[in-house]
Amino acid sequence: MSDVLIKKRILKDHLAKLIILAISIIVVVPLVLILGYLIINGLASINLDFITNIPKPVGETGGGILNAILGSGIIILTALILFVPLGIGGGIYVSEFSDTLLSRILRLSIDVLQGTPSIVIGIFTWVICVVPMGRFSALSGSLALGVMVLPIVLKSTEETLKLIPMELREAATALGVPYYRVVLKVVVPAGLKGIASGVLLGTTRISGETAPLLFTAFGNPYMSFNILKPMSSLPLVIYVYATSPYDEWHKLAWGASLILILLVFGINMAARIFFSRRDGR
Amino acid sequence: MKESVLFERVILGSTEEAKDIILQLVNLSAYFCESRIVKNINLAIEKNKVTSIMGPSGCGKTTLIRCINRMHEMSPGGTTKGEILLYGKDINNMNAIEVRKKIGMVFQRPNPFPTMTIYENVIAGFILNGIRLPKNIMDEIVEDSLSKAALWDEVKHNLGKRGIYLSGGQQQRLCIARALAMKPDVLLLDEPTSALDPKATAKIEELIVQLKESVTILIVTHNIAQAARVSDNTAFLYLGELVEYEPTKKLFTIPRDKRTEEYLTGKYG
Ligand SMILES: Nc1ncnc2c1ncn2[C@@H]1O[C@H](COP(=O)(O)OP(=O)(O)OP(=O)(O)O)[C@@H](O)[C@H]1O
Ligand SMILES: [Mg+2]
Repeated sequence: MSDVLIKKRILKDHLAKLIILAISIIVVVPLVLILGYLIINGLASINLDFITNIPKPVGETGGGILNAILGSGIIILTALILFVPLGIGGGIYVSEFSDTLLSRILRLSIDVLQGTPSIVIGIFTWVICVVPMGRFSALSGSLALGVMVLPIVLKSTEETLKLIPMELREAATALGVPYYRVVLKVVVPAGLKGIASGVLLGTTRISGETAPLLFTAFGNPYMSFNILKPMSSLPLVIYVYATSPYDEWHKLAWGASLILILLVFGINMAARIFFSRRDGR
Repeated sequence: MKESVLFERVILGSTEEAKDIILQLVNLSAYFCESRIVKNINLAIEKNKVTSIMGPSGCGKTTLIRCINRMHEMSPGGTTKGEILLYGKDINNMNAIEVRKKIGMVFQRPNPFPTMTIYENVIAGFILNGIRLPKNIMDEIVEDSLSKAALWDEVKHNLGKRGIYLSGGQQQRLCIARALAMKPDVLLLDEPTSALDPKATAKIEELIVQLKESVTILIVTHNIAQAARVSDNTAFLYLGELVEYEPTKKLFTIPRDKRTEEYLTGKYG
């Protein structure tokens, strides 16, 4: 090859690298902007009082969002407890018996569910839960969020389990292990990491959802731990504070947003560290 | 269909010395959906001997031995016809789980359980079946199986390490130990050394010869030299048919069938 040709190739190589670098920067810019803006605006309102107090009435300064932080935690946790087992169970079924009629129906419904706008899920939950119960409740909020997390968990479980090599199942089967035990003791544990990351993805996805909570958990200016009563949550207070006419409340909304992002970020980081440690055994 | 000489001798009772037969295949055929892969095979396996199954790629060796521990029926479309007698009892009338406990298997590619330690891998058959044993008995089984698989000395200080961090040859010996821990009567080996280097291969071959004292071994190989080195009897399979089944020495020195001879001289590769 002639020198000129080689130089041309090297040049092209540099060019390609530059383009990729530029694209990466473009992708990262919005993220950095959002984070930066949140930190600049939110940091001022965050202090110990902010995360250890409940809101003060209009007109008074100060007040915090402890009830919203705990409320979010309770609502999300309840949603996960109720729906993650369903999602994992369904995912196992769909991947193990992928050709049955039930699996096909399940897959189709999950796809439809995943594409359903969250506001619709909120209204649906309002109709089947809030109306019969006669009041807003954290539980109905958990149901709405659970319905949103279900397809994410189910699909990631299915995708993960499908990738578990056949040889592994055969190894267990050849040892005289019954089928159901092969699935529960070999296939699922081998896919645990993928399943867990699906749960995590789902959690972060629903932790910012506002629409499904508007007609369900509704919000509550006081501290409440009763899941049968209305409860506050971070996205709800952000929504209420941000759309209010009071400057003081706008600041609170920024603070709450930053807290929400930090929590989501924290969960992700913790999970990453946990999993990398488990792997390195 | 022509039956092998050994089989005739055993079945017709015209043997000079009575052979101790553990496993007998009678008119065994195996199918994938409509296509017949293994064709009407009659074969008697001697107890505490090494029997090798040899033949060109794609002739149905893997399919054949997967019938023997009823793994073939797990494959989509896999069905069998004929009988497989273990101590005279048809395994198709036995519980598949029981069959697989009596007839262990080691696969072509090492497949230790990735989430388990070396220790756990050895007793995986117990763990996965939910059988709880006292610690000292488990320790005993682990040491015993690993020693039989000639792996104990290499791993005894690292039993808590994950099985997948071993070398390929060590992993394969771990898989042999895992199968031995179940105390099977028969051990099926499907080209156990095809993924290994010559040194690891030599180690496993040595091991096979030692093991036959306690377990009957059926080994699939398309390495002719390997069959000659380790086995007492050799079956030659061609296009799903059993062409010849003889004591290894005899088959290698005076093959009766032209196809066997051609295979031995490298005509099919
Ligand atoms: N799951 C399957 N479905 C359909 N046909 C199959 C399947 N597995 C194997 N076969 C066919 O059965 C035949 C025998 O395959 P088998 O794996 O038993 O051969 P083999 O003798 O073990 O070959 P090798 O030495 O390459 O391992 C092949 O022709 C193959 O195409
Ligand atoms: Mg094979």
